[in-house]
Amino acid sequence: MATIALKDVRKNYGRNKVIHGVSLDVADHEFIVIVGPSGCGKSTLLRMVAGLEEITSGTVEIGGRVVNKLEPRERDIAMVFQNYALYPHMSVFDNMAYGLRNARRSKSEIALRVANAAKMLELGSLLDRKPRALSGGQRQRVAMGRALVRDPAAFLFDEPLSNLDAKLRVQMRLEIKALQRNVGTTSLYVTHDQVEAMTLADRLVVMNEGKAEQIDTPMKVYSKPASVFVAGFIGSPAMNILEAHVGVDARGIAIRSGVTIDLPEMNLPNAGMPLLFGIRPEHISVTSEERADMILTVAAVETLGADTLAHCRMAANDKGSDFVLRVPGMMPVYAGQRLPVMFDRKAVHFFDVKTRNRLF
Amino acid sequence: MERTVGGAMITSRPHSRLIGHFLLVLGLIVVVFPIYYVFVASTHSLETILKPPLPLLPGGDFIANYREAFYGGIGRIGGVGVGTLLLNTTIMALGIALGKIVISIMSAYAIVFFRFPLRLVFFWIIFITLMLPIEVRILPTYKVMVDLNLIDTYAGLIVPLIASATATLLFRQFFMTVPNELIEAARIDGAGPWRFFKDILLPLSRTNIAALFVILFIYGWTQYLWPLLVTNSNSMNTIVIALRKMISFADADTQWHLVMVTCVLAILPPVLVVVLMQRWFVRGLVESEK
Amino acid sequence: MNRATFPHKLLPYLLLAPQLAVTLIFFYWPAGQALKQSLLREDPFGLKTQFVGLANFKRVLADPAYVNSIKVTVVFSLATAFISMAIALLLAVQAEKIIRGKTLYRTLLIWPYAVAPAIAGMLWLFMFNPSFGTLAYPLRSMGINWDPLLNGPQAMILIVAAAAWKQISYNFLFFVAGLQAIPQTLIEAAAIDGARAARRFRTIVFPLLAPITFFLLVINTVYALFDTFGIIHAVTAGGPGKSTETLVYKVYNDGFVNLILGDSAAQSVILMAIVIALTALQFRYIERRVHYG
Repeated sequence: MATIALKDVRKNYGRNKVIHGVSLDVADHEFIVIVGPSGCGKSTLLRMVAGLEEITSGTVEIGGRVVNKLEPRERDIAMVFQNYALYPHMSVFDNMAYGLRNARRSKSEIALRVANAAKMLELGSLLDRKPRALSGGQRQRVAMGRALVRDPAAFLFDEPLSNLDAKLRVQMRLEIKALQRNVGTTSLYVTHDQVEAMTLADRLVVMNEGKAEQIDTPMKVYSKPASVFVAGFIGSPAMNILEAHVGVDARGIAIRSGVTIDLPEMNLPNAGMPLLFGIRPEHISVTSEERADMILTVAAVETLGADTLAHCRMAANDKGSDFVLRVPGMMPVYAGQRLPVMFDRKAVHFFDVKTRNRLF
Repeated sequence: MERTVGGAMITSRPHSRLIGHFLLVLGLIVVVFPIYYVFVASTHSLETILKPPLPLLPGGDFIANYREAFYGGIGRIGGVGVGTLLLNTTIMALGIALGKIVISIMSAYAIVFFRFPLRLVFFWIIFITLMLPIEVRILPTYKVMVDLNLIDTYAGLIVPLIASATATLLFRQFFMTVPNELIEAARIDGAGPWRFFKDILLPLSRTNIAALFVILFIYGWTQYLWPLLVTNSNSMNTIVIALRKMISFADADTQWHLVMVTCVLAILPPVLVVVLMQRWFVRGLVESEK
Repeated sequence: MNRATFPHKLLPYLLLAPQLAVTLIFFYWPAGQALKQSLLREDPFGLKTQFVGLANFKRVLADPAYVNSIKVTVVFSLATAFISMAIALLLAVQAEKIIRGKTLYRTLLIWPYAVAPAIAGMLWLFMFNPSFGTLAYPLRSMGINWDPLLNGPQAMILIVAAAAWKQISYNFLFFVAGLQAIPQTLIEAAAIDGARAARRFRTIVFPLLAPITFFLLVINTVYALFDTFGIIHAVTAGGPGKSTETLVYKVYNDGFVNLILGDSAAQSVILMAIVIALTALQFRYIERRVHYG
């Protein structure tokens, strides 16, 4: 059990800068998920904590100890890999025992620890099998078991569920969460899947192009995204973002000539200032014509069952769509329909046009 | 290797398969007959052999001929028994096979799993030796052997032949298919370069090593020019060289029945190795050259 | 992604040391000596050597005996490669066609691979020995004056037969692998497109085998050039006359028997050039598979 602290960690490959200074404090027992699109540097960051990549500058501390120069085995961590990385010629038991044997633990201790981990992961009947005789989910469990037996200061997960099919992914997600609650080991978990990120994390690190754009609880990241990138990355379908400017009397915003939204209770800055206006599909609701902020025209409809996604235009002859709405599945919606809508005033977002960061 | 029966059905009809078997049997006769015939000859007396045509079936002198070859002493090549020749050849073939495997697995390991200055230079130094077969540098290599006092020694028979670009390339190719995560998992599990090699890489290379062993054993066993050069003494001859010395075609005194016994004994060990380890050998051969 | 590696300064050099040592002592040093020697000339008593530039090469290339051995080598190599590959391809196609007994056929067909070339030569000479060879007997009774020990072309036929015989196994295994690598669906598509078996082979299978055929052609040429030294040394010793004296045999003969060092070295260097050319050719085939680094 330990804390992990990253202080202005940077990574360059020659002149190519991959990580531009990430700082992060992970509390003991905390489950941190690092999420971002591919190529954002999330795996590199994790591998720097593991000791598999050199740290160009900054420090990594595990349990209060700077580990920059330590070999992976000296860092007291365990890692679960995307493709499991099970040793193909060793039995499940040997796979789990290998690290302990290298650490010269006694035979009886190894047997006891493997047995405990196997019990927790329901691997007891598979201990003599070779990895090739296991299903994907079972291999995943063995990979977890290999981390578990070590009883390390921290677990590092590198997209551990992305090789599983959708159903197993949900099941394993729940198991990982339960397991981590159970043993309480500090965990860093890398994924590109926002659902995985939201459901597993105590706190999220949303990464983009080598920077941590936001570090916060899943709900905060959802309700107060720190940037246009975070707003677009977390939440599905993505937040609607439109160019707009503050209206004449600063009591609302204008999206285009004639299309304005009144926001009297918000403290909008000086009139005429350009900004980016954001609202999530689930925060636009269908209403009556007289109460509507705007009348939209439905361009296309996607039926999901519980919900229906309506892609709408502000004017019937626009190209593409300006807004996506999430409406209840039983509500009839069809292309060409005129839809009076209302924006949830508590769930609107404003971002700076230049920095693309949250304004207020 | 095997196709499904259904797959083959589409392309071949029964009568065409019959022709196939016929041609294969014909091929087998061409391929196997010379070897079978030597065995037949080794079971006949010298008189029968010299009076053509030789019967197609084994004769009654099997025990007499083989006993003479092992214990009678083959006077014509300086009193060296076939046992010594087999021992020499076995030592040479095993030495070359094991030596090549050991030094090439080491160098391939260095080239694939480490990053160090001059790595590519070393790779090319080894790779270019593909273009320098012993035949193109006979004399100077012979001089080196003389200078190093390696004539008529096992070391002289073995060491110059154990540097092999082919084996190094084969291991390198295989090592490059080992997933990165496996090395990383091992590092996190506390394994250093030696443990990783011993606990993970070596067990994973087993089939490659077996295949290479067969190929290199055959290579060592069938060497001709090299042992011809570096052995003067009859007692250091390999069986192939000794055979050559036993035959003098113009001379009717050649002990053909003993030559045939020696031939069989020279062919048998490598054929057994190839046939018994066929599975690895075939895969290894085709993969090592591709 | 980059190769995961171990951080270590000294270890890789230690691991490479044995192979490098053997390579430098027994490959590069002698090859360098051959190069040097090819530019020098020793007096008959071995007392003085002088630099003669390319004179050795000029003399070697102008020597009718050398030109003869080039011709012998070309004939021998092409005949060996062609016969061996043709038989192997024929057998491989049959082996792919049949359903039962594949393994049995293969087990027997790979035997010659294990036979030393010199012994292969002796086997064939034994069968075709002019005085008591069982197979020479019918030839003679047909009125052919069979005596490979005195007749040059017959000697050539004999060593080609022995050399090709030994190489059938190798070519067979590669052709089988090549045939198995051809997707069954392609052949099925051709069948649906109305191509009969013979036409399918000519228009689909054979073109797809082209890379492996080319590769085998190079390998067989190298084999015929170098590995067959044993056959020639054991069976004909380059004779009768010089009718089976190949380039490699001549290098050996001039260097070790006739002791003409400068000429032998010049011939070595020419051989090196041939191997480099062949390796470069072969490399065009390999390069798609071998990645540097």
